[in-house]
Amino acid sequence: MNLITQVRFLLKKEILLEWRSKYAFNGILLYVISTVFVCYLSFKTTPPLVWNALFWIILLFAAINAIAKSFIQESKGRLLYYYQIASPQAIIIAKIIYNILLMILMATIALVFYSIVFQNNVGDVPLYFVAVLLGAISFSTVFTMISAIAAKASNNGTLMAILSFPVIIPLLMLIIKLSKNAMDGLDRSVSLDEIGVLCAINLIVIVISLLLFPYLWRD
Amino acid sequence: MYKNWWKILASILVLYTVIGGLLIQVPELPILHESIRNLYFHVPMWFAMIVVYLVSVIYSIKYLNSGNENHDLIAVESVNTGIVFGFIGLASGMIWANYTWGSPWPNDPKLNSAAISTLMYLAYIVLRSSIEEEQKRAKISAIYNIFAFPAMVVLLFILPRLTDSLHPGNGGNPGFGTYDLDRNMRFVFYPAVLGWILISVWIMTIRYRIRLIENKQNQID
Repeated sequence: MNLITQVRFLLKKEILLEWRSKYAFNGILLYVISTVFVCYLSFKTTPPLVWNALFWIILLFAAINAIAKSFIQESKGRLLYYYQIASPQAIIIAKIIYNILLMILMATIALVFYSIVFQNNVGDVPLYFVAVLLGAISFSTVFTMISAIAAKASNNGTLMAILSFPVIIPLLMLIIKLSKNAMDGLDRSVSLDEIGVLCAINLIVIVISLLLFPYLWRD
Repeated sequence: MYKNWWKILASILVLYTVIGGLLIQVPELPILHESIRNLYFHVPMWFAMIVVYLVSVIYSIKYLNSGNENHDLIAVESVNTGIVFGFIGLASGMIWANYTWGSPWPNDPKLNSAAISTLMYLAYIVLRSSIEEEQKRAKISAIYNIFAFPAMVVLLFILPRLTDSLHPGNGGNPGFGTYDLDRNMRFVFYPAVLGWILISVWIMTIRYRIRLIENKQNQID
């Protein structure tokens, strides 16, 4: 089997497993919605700056919870089985793609629900949506690799947060800046810098994950 | 002797910059006044920190290729040394900022980036202490080290340039090199950078050799 078919099969398996139990999706969805509601009840109305920051903090924690599972939930025997039938690159690519799909779905639902509950005017809605998509992709690429690292160490719940926050902060700062530009309805050419840098960082992260993961999975 | 020339060079350079940095004439600038001399001590810390972190990443890559535990020792001791230099850099910067910008922690992207990158390497230390098995610890921490390095480069070199900063050379502010740094200051500043980089590498090699001796002592003959 070549790499692409392996990735396709693994991706199909991830989605099928998720579809059967719907545990991760429903759990995270409920997590996001209740967090939004808690924020709504405690803030009532927010100035635009807080609105934007709050949304990304909610999404950040939802992403950490969602993606931390991707390697930890797999039993040791099942992981061994994957490593016998598929290349490590295929496994990490499939995980990253699956997490990207999951996070995009989650972020879209969160955005819709959040903007219904919290009234706020976004100047440039398509650009804000692009920012949310880029955010979802960035969270997935970074956290997938970190969760693979954290799964190898004991006490991985805390470790996941400690390891991922410093790495995600530069991306998060760029995303918040980009989405703030979208909220203010600035001209789109202003935001091209941020979009370019974000895409470049994501590309670097994916390439490094591909290079490093083969060293990681072997015990 | 031929192996130690760079240590002597480092000592002479740092001694020269301490004496010269405090005595040689500096340009009189508003706000900065005499505190401009801190340039010789604050900025070289960051150069030294980045160099030892770079050494650490190179040895992490080498470790993954070779599996030689000495490479892992160099990587971890480089990070330990880099963290110390990072803290000294933050402290000297905070004292400087207190007198020139009015508060020890003005909301400046470079300060925040430096603090976050220090957090990243503290996380590396925590990761190491959470894994018992030595080879697994070396491998996993090497992977995290390589993975985190691009994020540090983005934090320290790209993000501050995209936003406004109080630091020179960022967000449209002119860098020191353009006209603030006059000839006299260059004569002290460049030796200071080189000297502190050499000192940091020296500290790293001493710590590495202590670890080697400890390992040897702990071995059962």
